[in-house]
Amino acid sequence: MTLLYIALIIVAIFQIYPLVWLFQFSLKSNAEVFGMSPFSLPQDPRWENYVRVWTDGNINLYFFNSVWITVASVLLTILLASFVTFAITRMYWKGSKLVLGLFMVGLMVPIHSALIPLFSFFLKLNLIDHPLSLVLSYTAFNLPLTIMILLGFYYTLPREIEEAAVVDGCSVHRIFFQITLPMTTPVLATTAIINMIYNWNEFVFVNTFISSDKFKTLTVGIQNFIGQYLTDWGAIGATLMISIIPILIAFLVLSNRIVEGIAAGSIKG
Amino acid sequence: MNKVMSNKAVIALYVLPALILIVGLIYGPMLLTGYYGLMEWNGMASMTFVGIENYIDLIQDPKFWESAKHSFLLAFFSTLSLAGYLIVSLVLAGKIKGSDLFRKIYLIPMLLSSVAIAQLWIKIYDPNNGMLNSLLMSMGVETPPSWLADTNLVLYAIFVAILWQYAGFYIIIYYAALKGIPESLVEAAKIDGANPIQIAYKIKVPLISGVIKVTVVLAIVGSLKYFDLIYVMTGGGPNGASEVIASYMYKKAFDTFDFGYGSAIAFFLLIITLIVTWLTRKLTATEDEVQY
Repeated sequence: MTLLYIALIIVAIFQIYPLVWLFQFSLKSNAEVFGMSPFSLPQDPRWENYVRVWTDGNINLYFFNSVWITVASVLLTILLASFVTFAITRMYWKGSKLVLGLFMVGLMVPIHSALIPLFSFFLKLNLIDHPLSLVLSYTAFNLPLTIMILLGFYYTLPREIEEAAVVDGCSVHRIFFQITLPMTTPVLATTAIINMIYNWNEFVFVNTFISSDKFKTLTVGIQNFIGQYLTDWGAIGATLMISIIPILIAFLVLSNRIVEGIAAGSIKG
Repeated sequence: MNKVMSNKAVIALYVLPALILIVGLIYGPMLLTGYYGLMEWNGMASMTFVGIENYIDLIQDPKFWESAKHSFLLAFFSTLSLAGYLIVSLVLAGKIKGSDLFRKIYLIPMLLSSVAIAQLWIKIYDPNNGMLNSLLMSMGVETPPSWLADTNLVLYAIFVAILWQYAGFYIIIYYAALKGIPESLVEAAKIDGANPIQIAYKIKVPLISGVIKVTVVLAIVGSLKYFDLIYVMTGGGPNGASEVIASYMYKKAFDTFDFGYGSAIAFFLLIITLIVTWLTRKLTATEDEVQY
């Protein structure tokens, strides 16, 4: 039993210590980084590293871009996925199985095998170096997973309330927006978080579609920033910490939902 | 009831926007990739049809096969590592105090962007001030390797970072599956005198074989299309020693503007992904699905 615990703790240290170490060197000066043991605690924590990278580079701009692009994509994905899932599980039409299948196969397609045509497509539409290319791509590529998670929940919802509403002469739109959608709030929260994590961290699309600083998100922004400050470990550490803090906070507050969402999203047997 | 809930206009309104998005941005491009693979094209000027020339070049390109080898090596190691994750999950799903906390700690790296993870591990592997070599030197190793600059080690060094990133993901999946096993089955085995290892090996693992099959597919397919972390950490270097299919494709298309050749690689990646998915499912199919 003790042995098992020791094994679990070793794995935990392997998973968490690199981040603790990152936090440590984000508070150090170069003299401390290069002159002392990497495991030493910062002598006199330099919080100004954070202030410096926030105001010095474009980190605040990248941060803001990440926030709004993530939020816009998440909202659009959830709305469209809810529409589709409602139509598939609640409405009667031929071809609903086929359409569902089409969405589910989308889970398998690697981003890379669509990337070049997407690039030329957005180029033609003048959407290269435009945030809309990101919002649309994030939405399209997150729809299959989101629908899959929603589907499991929709099947468990009772139909009686909707049936009663129909009898009372309620329109489909009202049923969807005022009855069904509010009932799915718990699972919407789960899918929102999963979507948020994916969009916040996305790299390939931003790196390919966006070239000007004013539209870059944090993932690509910090990559360029670090390229310019190769040897300033304190600045690099602070930049990386800034990019991961929102996710860590979301995780601390909502970890159960995240765990749930990952479990629900991955088991697609 | 049926009349309201089978209103064709409403169905179209609800389904079409999402459908247009995935057909336009996933399926259309996917098919176009195969078509562009038949072209000589720099992404800007007009295309020239060259037939299967790009695909023939691909078969004869030693650099491509080198990158394919690396992708398959990563897929192989990732699949092996699943056994380790399964053991950890079995321990966690047993009646152990704090398993909730452990699971959450294990999951944290998975939430971070590949760019942040790559930059962090570049620092960990730094030959002079990195965590790893400082540790090795304090243990008496005089000349520790420079991990990411060594052509023999770089792929393994990257693989450790990948392990770190995905451990929590697989552990969560296994844990959720193990928790779904009815308690009564385990109790019955205990009464019959089975020890914990027998219960794990003979009862729990077979019962979640469906989920294990899914994770094998996820691990292999995920490895084949692996890109971000390698692209940021080493750019495929040194000297191509960590190049994988996706990074090679990206370089050909967006660095050297050989979009036709890049598309051929991307299409190859798609085909191999689909074949491997189908094959793993076929090979790992259990004859009779377990019923609780």
